[in-house]
Amino acid sequence: MNPADDPVRPGPATAIELVVDGRAVPGLAGQTVAGVLLGAGRRTWRSSRSGRPRGVFCGIGVCHDCLVAVNGVDDVRACQRRAADGDVITTTDEPR
Amino acid sequence: MIETPDVLVVGAGPAGLAAAAAARRAGAQVVLLDAAADAGGQYWRHLPAERPAARERILHHGWDRFARLRGQELLADAQVWLVERHDDRPPTVHALVGPADGTAREKRVFAPRALVLATGAYERTLPFPGWDLPGVFTAGAAQALAKAERVAVGRRVVVAGAGPFLLPVAASLVRTGARVLGVLEANPWPRLARAWTARPAELFASRGKAGELAGYVRDLIRHRIPYRAATGVVAAHGDGRVEAVTVARLGPDWAPGTERRIAADAVCVSHGFVPRAELAVAAGCRLDPDGSVHTDAEGRTSVPGVFAAGEITGIGGADLALAEGSVAGTVAAGGADRRGFTGFPARLEAAHGIRPGWTGWLTDDTLVCRCEDVTAGDLRAAAEATGSRGLRSLKLSTRAGLGACQGRVCGRTVEELLNRHTGGLLDPGRTANRPVAALVRLGELAAHHEDHEENA
Amino acid sequence: MKVLVVGAGVIGAAVARELARAGVSVTVLDRAASAGGTSASGEGNLLVSDKGPGPELELAQRSLTLWAELRESLPAQLGPGFPAIEYEPKGGLVVATTSSGAAGLHKFAAVQREAGVVATPVDGRELEPDLTPAHTAAMFYPQDAQVQPAIATEALLASARLSGAQVRQGVEVLGPLRRGDRLTGVRTSDGDVGADHVVVAAGPWSAQVAERLGVALPVRPRRGTLLVTTRMRQRIRHKVYDADYVGAVGSDDAALQTSSVVESTAAGTVLIGSSRERRGFDERIEARVLSAIAAKALVLFPFLADVAVMRAYGGFRPFVPDHLPVIGPDPRLPGLWHATGHEGAGIVLSTATGELVADLLTGREPRVAAGPFAVDRFSSV
Repeated sequence: MNPADDPVRPGPATAIELVVDGRAVPGLAGQTVAGVLLGAGRRTWRSSRSGRPRGVFCGIGVCHDCLVAVNGVDDVRACQRRAADGDVITTTDEPR
Repeated sequence: MIETPDVLVVGAGPAGLAAAAAARRAGAQVVLLDAAADAGGQYWRHLPAERPAARERILHHGWDRFARLRGQELLADAQVWLVERHDDRPPTVHALVGPADGTAREKRVFAPRALVLATGAYERTLPFPGWDLPGVFTAGAAQALAKAERVAVGRRVVVAGAGPFLLPVAASLVRTGARVLGVLEANPWPRLARAWTARPAELFASRGKAGELAGYVRDLIRHRIPYRAATGVVAAHGDGRVEAVTVARLGPDWAPGTERRIAADAVCVSHGFVPRAELAVAAGCRLDPDGSVHTDAEGRTSVPGVFAAGEITGIGGADLALAEGSVAGTVAAGGADRRGFTGFPARLEAAHGIRPGWTGWLTDDTLVCRCEDVTAGDLRAAAEATGSRGLRSLKLSTRAGLGACQGRVCGRTVEELLNRHTGGLLDPGRTANRPVAALVRLGELAAHHEDHEENA
Repeated sequence: MKVLVVGAGVIGAAVARELARAGVSVTVLDRAASAGGTSASGEGNLLVSDKGPGPELELAQRSLTLWAELRESLPAQLGPGFPAIEYEPKGGLVVATTSSGAAGLHKFAAVQREAGVVATPVDGRELEPDLTPAHTAAMFYPQDAQVQPAIATEALLASARLSGAQVRQGVEVLGPLRRGDRLTGVRTSDGDVGADHVVVAAGPWSAQVAERLGVALPVRPRRGTLLVTTRMRQRIRHKVYDADYVGAVGSDDAALQTSSVVESTAAGTVLIGSSRERRGFDERIEARVLSAIAAKALVLFPFLADVAVMRAYGGFRPFVPDHLPVIGPDPRLPGLWHATGHEGAGIVLSTATGELVADLLTGREPRVAAGPFAVDRFSSV
């Protein structure tokens, strides 16, 4: 949510930038890859075996629905991996 | 190099933090590790150090307690991927330290004198038609995204399932800018009341928990969030994302009755909890019939030198986890601590436990295994076609539970459904058997081999 | 004639199917569930490439012919609602990574060819573009194939049922029923079961069953461990293994041996084996074993280094000291038969084993010479 309206009053954050499927996406240092993707309005970024869309489901590293490729390495849980400035994220919308 | 601490504590949530602190007080050399980047577990999940918040405590209970416990040394980003049991000594614990699911992480191997498993639990989510639509989340996901990312899972959100955990989720959602349309508890008031008001002396003993729950209830009232008993979400609808949910009255055994549709863009569901027991299973620890790790009153498991504390021993909330962790940590360090525990877990099961009528909302094409897209109809058809009474064989026939999550999400549901279709499985209880406890890269495994060769 | 088959794994299933189709009244007993032991713990290999000339190769060659028939006939018989057995005639690629390994591979292939095995020297990277460029020889075996072993077992059992066989799961054999010197059935956890013949097809547990019936059998468990990766885009098209594999299969050493076996499955995962170690029925998964398997797999396919492993599982192969299965009647106890000891080749050998047992029991002319598999070849018997 917008930090200005946030009742927990988060402190200042360092901006980072990821490259998601070739496009620059802004995030904040300390966010997970899933947090950056959701913040950018993406709800899904992967397809199940038969092509059904998948994104975050459990949010705590259990369900493996949210797998992405990070810097060319497949099968990284987006909800567990902290985003690093410059990370190249590849989502797979084709079933596999 | 194999490290040999007095006590190794796996998991830095409430139970693990308390265990490590107690073991340190008892004079032990302790290694406390967690797969996350910071301590707190799911309960005290919070904004990262890069984004400290001024009023973090409004999302939490017991934040002062956490503030005292979190000062301990923590081996963060440490993923345990294998526990090897031995006949004559406590297990060896293999961890990889580095970015989650990374490559070339640092290898750490521990042969502790005592091992404390405080790996917690995750939610059991029962399948329903449409539960894999984007916009359906576990309640834990809503909680994690609210606490650690300040992201609300939707604008108009329904929270549904069973158990007191639904209340803090609703509380976090409203503090993250979402509108909570209702909290739907599957169980009826009489059952809730019977379980929660029986034996008031016990409830008094777990008053911390009762006080926490009362706070959440006040919160619902303040935000005008309806709380409905005997009600559940039985379907989610939408074109590519959740646009509405079907809410049904549920009978005492959760069989669905009268339905109505509510417009919503997200639904957060939790029907109970599953202990994260794979490390305990690999260590050889006996489980209770509900799948939680069996311990004595001082946290000893059935394996000498292996202790367990917190939610993997039964769902009891943070206060109980703190108490259990403290006792287990002290005893693991060679000390003594005899304290009684409250009846909260038994109460929780009596009031909120899953009832068998839920399968009434399944259709043949409802997905059960989200990883491999196996439906309820697929499971029944395979059981009928093969005549097998083997969970192993039927999983291999359908691929249910064999995908990336390795049955963590669907395992119990698959087992329960197949148990009905086969007239009784002959190899039940296999769902927590995951010797490889986390994704590990082949290159990381091979690097271990080079070390074995050097040592040989 | 009434025959009791002990064991609802692939061997028991194939024996039951052949007997039932020959008109014999068959009951299959298993103390646990069907397809729950060794048959659910392997890759589902249908291989000739790892076998030198001799009786096992002859049994395998006959088996492959029968499997090729089953590929068509089982789905036709069981209908579209039955899970597919995932028969894949993918072929095997055996790769050497040293110069002595290359020489050994060419020599082995030459004697195999004389026995009717098709073995063609190839450019390994033409068949497998991601194979290490550092290999020294590659031999293609087009006759090698694969099935999903648990489903194949269930399919054979279902087919046996359609011919009248009865399958009773959760029924354990406790002891013999005898009349004079002859075995007339078994005592079980669910009452006595009479039979004219009892066929023990209990895989690595066959020695325990035989002991309960009063005879010793030199079948022991030999442990194996497999790694399974997450699903990935298919980059491995054949069953690819290191030429060392043949040596490890044929070894008598109890200590850990690994050799690399890498293949894709129909589900999109990659199976990586394999280890062989004799240490009883010990189910523990150990880092040293997983590491050794992984290191060898990376020698063949360096790209696998970044691929994630999601599961490891172990199983027990029925090991016999001379590496030949035990098939046929037991002269020490008339009425007792054995069909066991197939070690890691039980899936492929099941079909011809079932046929051979049925040939011998019903007095048909055996398609494969039975003598080499006779139980009385052991000095202790």
